[in-house]
Amino acid sequence: MTERTLRGKVAVVGVGETKYYKHSQSPDPEFVLALKAILAACADAGINPKDVDSFASYSNDRNDPSRIASALGCKELRFSNMQWGGGGGGGAAAVGNAAAAIVSGQADVAIVYRALAQGQFQRFGVAAAGGTVAGENALVNPYGIFVPAQRYAFKMMRFMHDHGIEREALRAIAMASYHHAQANPRAVMYGRPLSEEDYDNARWISEPSRLFDCCQENDGAAALVLVSAERAKDFRQKPAYILGVAQGSNHRHAARAYNATDLGTSSFGPVAPRLWEMAKLGPKDVDVLQSYENFTGGVLMSLVEHGYFKPEEANDFLKLENLIAPTGKLPMNTSGGNLAECYMHGLELQIEAVRQLRGTSTSQVPGAKVAGVIAGPMVTPVSTMILGSEETL
Amino acid sequence: MTYLPAGLPAPVTEADKLDQPYWEGTRQNKLMIQRCGSCGTWQWGPEWLCHECHSFDMKWVEVEGRGTIYSWTRCWHPVHPALKGFGPYIAVVVELPHAGKIRMLGNLLGEPQQEVEIGTPVTAVFEPHDDAKVPFTLVHWRQV
Repeated sequence: MTERTLRGKVAVVGVGETKYYKHSQSPDPEFVLALKAILAACADAGINPKDVDSFASYSNDRNDPSRIASALGCKELRFSNMQWGGGGGGGAAAVGNAAAAIVSGQADVAIVYRALAQGQFQRFGVAAAGGTVAGENALVNPYGIFVPAQRYAFKMMRFMHDHGIEREALRAIAMASYHHAQANPRAVMYGRPLSEEDYDNARWISEPSRLFDCCQENDGAAALVLVSAERAKDFRQKPAYILGVAQGSNHRHAARAYNATDLGTSSFGPVAPRLWEMAKLGPKDVDVLQSYENFTGGVLMSLVEHGYFKPEEANDFLKLENLIAPTGKLPMNTSGGNLAECYMHGLELQIEAVRQLRGTSTSQVPGAKVAGVIAGPMVTPVSTMILGSEETL
Repeated sequence: MTYLPAGLPAPVTEADKLDQPYWEGTRQNKLMIQRCGSCGTWQWGPEWLCHECHSFDMKWVEVEGRGTIYSWTRCWHPVHPALKGFGPYIAVVVELPHAGKIRMLGNLLGEPQQEVEIGTPVTAVFEPHDDAKVPFTLVHWRQV
């Protein structure tokens, strides 16, 4: 049997995004944001939007590919795909799904996209009033547990307890994002640096998370253009090749009321080994990493479960100097990430990984050839990917 | 007097009745959870079949309301209109060692700023909401 892999077979040739807004501040409806990001990605690649034939998204994106393809006047619609699961867990999986469709002949030019206008729709961090709840929510909401900062607190608290993680480790993760955002004019937190004192003195949201451990909520849209590796050099930009992608979650993750077999986890335990196997690389080969910050505690567990360091090494490894470009051991969230650039459900992290491989980041890691992207941790399913420049093929 | 203010969503039995024995049990101050009639595996939350042997013969068994704190959070930010100006409050995930180590979520009664330690023994406390449109009872926990 031939090896089943996506390694080196598909490339990202275009990236696009709208201006990023604080939540509820977009002047455009969500669908317009999606269209603008897709058009920007096509312009970046130098491809006619009418030649796009496939779309993939995640987290129940409200913008239907059939409507997008009609609005853009695409010649035909081939592959249209939605990754199951909420939150930002599907960001890398959506890229993987589109890539799989390209490799299997179901798609030629695929767009991966995500758009959010939370003013137009319900916010993530605020619950709706009143009424009744059933199923999983009936076991959770009446106890005042509604939003991700609370729901995932139990996972982070357990992991931190089991491994003696100190608050300074979480602080370094938050400060790395804010540090990089100060170099990035697109970042919502550009011009708003975060000091250790600001972090330490911030109010609690839900222990173990204080304010700056939690991602923003934003409006905007982001999109990537994917084509087969054979065609990758026909376009305007230096291609970023998919070296590995994996999705999934751990045993009985969705058993209600916190009955996953292993609770204190990012869910990457069984997923990350499949990533490294496909990429034929390991954590030491990664030049620059984007790791989805829903909460800094989630990043902590993602890094451990990808093998970047052992749990007992976390307090030593997670120091600001190790996490910042250009000199850190593991430069991370180099555009500012979800905390300080924009919470575009992590798709902005995929775009930043591409920029690093092109050499165009505002916090460039010199000569970056291998870029990791870890999508939203602790949800189910989660996903993760590795991109590489041509030299890595 | 309830632990959290009035106005939070009220729990109701699922349309397919999967969790009805649990909610009926709490009304009688009984903690009812699932145990497989075929292989004896404990299971929570409720599901139609046993995740171990795939038998659909799931029994509802009364278990003693005690356990240890497996994880916890103290919530400060009001995420629901009913919680405005209230807080902090504590929610705990409790492990029941005598019931296959299944876990349950509830509030930890007592001083909201109390020290909370993973591994601490707790007992169940039933909190009836008799005035609700469909009366229900919540299951909280208290340090022993």
